Amino acid sequence: MITTNLDIETIREDFPILKRKVNGYPLVYLDNAATSQTPKQVINTIVDYYSRYNANIHRGVHSLSQEATDAYENARRKIQNHINAAQPYEIIFTSGTTDSINLVANGFTSFLKKGDEILVSAMEHHSNIVPWQMLCERTGAILKVIPMNHEGEFLIEDYAKMLSKNTKLVVCNHVSNALGTINPIEQIIALAHEVNAAVLIDGAQAAPHIKIDIQELNVDFYTVSAHKICGPTGVGILYGKEEWMTKLPPYQGGGEMIAEVTFEKTTYADLPHKFEAGTPNICGGIAFGAAIDYMNSLGYDAIASYEKELLEYATERLLSITGLKIYGTSQHKTSVISFNVEGIHPYDIGTILDKLGIAVRTGHHCAQPVMDYFNIPGTIRASFSFYNTKDEVDNLVAGVEKAKKMLG
Amino acid sequence: MSIEEIQNEIVEEFSMFDDWMQRYEYMIELGKSLPLIEEKYKTEDNIIKGCQSKVWVHAELEEDKLVFTADSDAIITKGIIAILIRAFSNQRPKDIIEANTDFIDEIGLKDHLSPTRANGLVSMIKQLKLYAIAYQTQLN
Repeated sequence: MITTNLDIETIREDFPILKRKVNGYPLVYLDNAATSQTPKQVINTIVDYYSRYNANIHRGVHSLSQEATDAYENARRKIQNHINAAQPYEIIFTSGTTDSINLVANGFTSFLKKGDEILVSAMEHHSNIVPWQMLCERTGAILKVIPMNHEGEFLIEDYAKMLSKNTKLVVCNHVSNALGTINPIEQIIALAHEVNAAVLIDGAQAAPHIKIDIQELNVDFYTVSAHKICGPTGVGILYGKEEWMTKLPPYQGGGEMIAEVTFEKTTYADLPHKFEAGTPNICGGIAFGAAIDYMNSLGYDAIASYEKELLEYATERLLSITGLKIYGTSQHKTSVISFNVEGIHPYDIGTILDKLGIAVRTGHHCAQPVMDYFNIPGTIRASFSFYNTKDEVDNLVAGVEKAKKMLG
Repeated sequence: MSIEEIQNEIVEEFSMFDDWMQRYEYMIELGKSLPLIEEKYKTEDNIIKGCQSKVWVHAELEEDKLVFTADSDAIITKGIIAILIRAFSNQRPKDIIEANTDFIDEIGLKDHLSPTRANGLVSMIKQLKLYAIAYQTQLN
């Protein structure tokens, strides 16, 4: 029996989707690292927005516009407080982590020259590789890969040796999406700053599990997607340190981001609006705020300790299956288990699990270099959230056993 | 037998099963009967893109008929390609081009046709038809 302060059965009542059946079986949703499910508190916020105060923000003098603006800006402050950023205008609303990373990569075009170096970890999601490759193509900068070990851990000593006066940027995820490894970002940031390199941390996979303190981390850029922490898809944030964000040129041109426009010259708005061209995902931003309220109402400490127990239980149970191998075996992990069963393609197991109503992710998890490192075509990834139960872990284990029997 | 007759035969076989598990077990069996592609044809060029698993297909003209061989590293995918090849192999390119693939729905593989499915059943059918088009041109 798992001991927790969280009342999981009551929490599950908050998530209407968890009651549905898939292929005739009760849904066992273990693809939380891809997207988390949405509690009714967030769904109600979305319904409330469109039912009561849907309006464009920042411009209208009418009441609805004022209400929507207040709610949107209030969400920005909620996010600021949640991550303890110094200023609300350091929070830029984006369409998600990918957009946030591209914003920074685009902005750095004018800062880099031939021979400058960008260091990237070996366990990145494609979204934290490709924008930097594109930046390198534009500027002649060089992308260098910080290695990892067989446990899927970031090699801090190798990294320290790679840093030099040529290093202009270091980019790394806080938590690996494919392996679940929690990276030592405090050290990564501090070491980069010794050579005056900026640091971008992709926090997409960390946000649902770890509460961060931006000022304590002293990170330059940090990204979050709302849909990974019980919010809606299509919205996220870029935290950017004020000194960087004032220097960084605008990403997209349009309405909202200007101070004055003539055909001869346009001056840009102040932060954060300089980076928020066009009508944003207003409802999404407000719902993101509601999601953060929801997460905090449960408490990150309680979530982390419950998920840790769930991870330990699932790891032990899965390892009882003969031929099952787990990829990503660091002691510092979130509740993600990437695995394969000897002699069986992950796709085959994923297909059978789906038939049993169990949702997992199979494939390369948009992290092909990680799969190449382990010399595998992909893995099955089960990622657990605070609303998952020990019974669901048992279902997964029984499902894998069944698949093994059918496919072996 | 014509493509349509073979497809009807497959549909009839699958109709004997009551649940998905039996269907999948049968598909896995069929995968084992797949006419295997020669190792030398397992090249990058012969990999069908858009599949989570690797699928290689090779086509060869024998007189006026197209003969397919294939393989996959995933068993279920192997079953799927075996079903397709059973329907389309040893047929005239023209008939392959014109054949419809509604039988896929009828044997309960419809969900594999959805674009969200990464197994690339759609890509497989497309590739078989592309081979047929290429060889049809050659025959003309």
